[in-house]
Amino acid sequence: MSEQPKFDAGEAGKFFFRGGHTGWLGLEYVVHGQNWVELKLPWREDLIGEPDRHVLASGPIVSLMDMASGMSIWQTTGVFTPVATLDLRVDYQRPAREKSAVWGRVECYRTTRSAAFVRGIAHDGDEADPVAHVAGVFMQVSYDPKKRLEAQAESAKTEGRDDD
Amino acid sequence: MTEGSSLELTAYARSLGIEVEREEDGLPVLAVDFGRNVEGRPGHLHGGATAGLLETAGYAALRTRLLAEGREPQLKPINITVQYLSAGRQKRSYALARITRLGRRNANLTVEAWQDDRTRPIASAVMNILMA
Repeated sequence: MSEQPKFDAGEAGKFFFRGGHTGWLGLEYVVHGQNWVELKLPWREDLIGEPDRHVLASGPIVSLMDMASGMSIWQTTGVFTPVATLDLRVDYQRPAREKSAVWGRVECYRTTRSAAFVRGIAHDGDEADPVAHVAGVFMQVSYDPKKRLEAQAESAKTEGRDDD
Repeated sequence: MTEGSSLELTAYARSLGIEVEREEDGLPVLAVDFGRNVEGRPGHLHGGATAGLLETAGYAALRTRLLAEGREPQLKPINITVQYLSAGRQKRSYALARITRLGRRNANLTVEAWQDDRTRPIASAVMNILMA
């Protein structure tokens, strides 16, 4: 882990969205800061959520915010290790504008040894007028056996859940 | 699609590969196969795809119930909180909603998603939906 270069959302953004669910959605990297990342979900006809209105469904917006959350955590810790979403809440303020892309900006405001806390907004061009607010908690999933045992012990202590 | 079901899934849901599997007590059980377009961490279901399945099951259940009551309002999301309970594997996933409370202006739903063992859900969600 110590040999791994420090995570950079901009660099990772160049190859992150080539496949899988986020590639299918067509997510794009936009910009990042020390503890935050902004991604873009481009408008696409087959992602609409209502038959009669050209508005993106809320499902892809959850995917956008989930991905931006993960990247904000890696950007904050500097280490690209798997994280598992524990809990993600989305409050929808209003529908996105017709045929508009949606941007998701998420900051990681706190990390502990086993958890990372994030909050962010989704907007359709104006950050001051968000489409949605999100808040989430992620668990660090370590593949190092010793660290993994420690993490399991920690999570068992705090909430007694099966972390598989 | 189940026979006689007037339920139409959204373009997003169809595009993701979500289908109506069957009905249980008049409410639709939705399903999606594992594939590249729902994959997150290699070999695992993406959390966003899981949320999409849960949310779609929530809307499908509410629309079905409302139609049965002769109501057809426009549905607007208020919020969704998703709890991830265990990693989704390379298997077909299912979701079914329970309408906890159906009011005049808003509905409260709880939704569960599972794979081969229904007693071990992979995720659950609480949703509030506005009926305009």
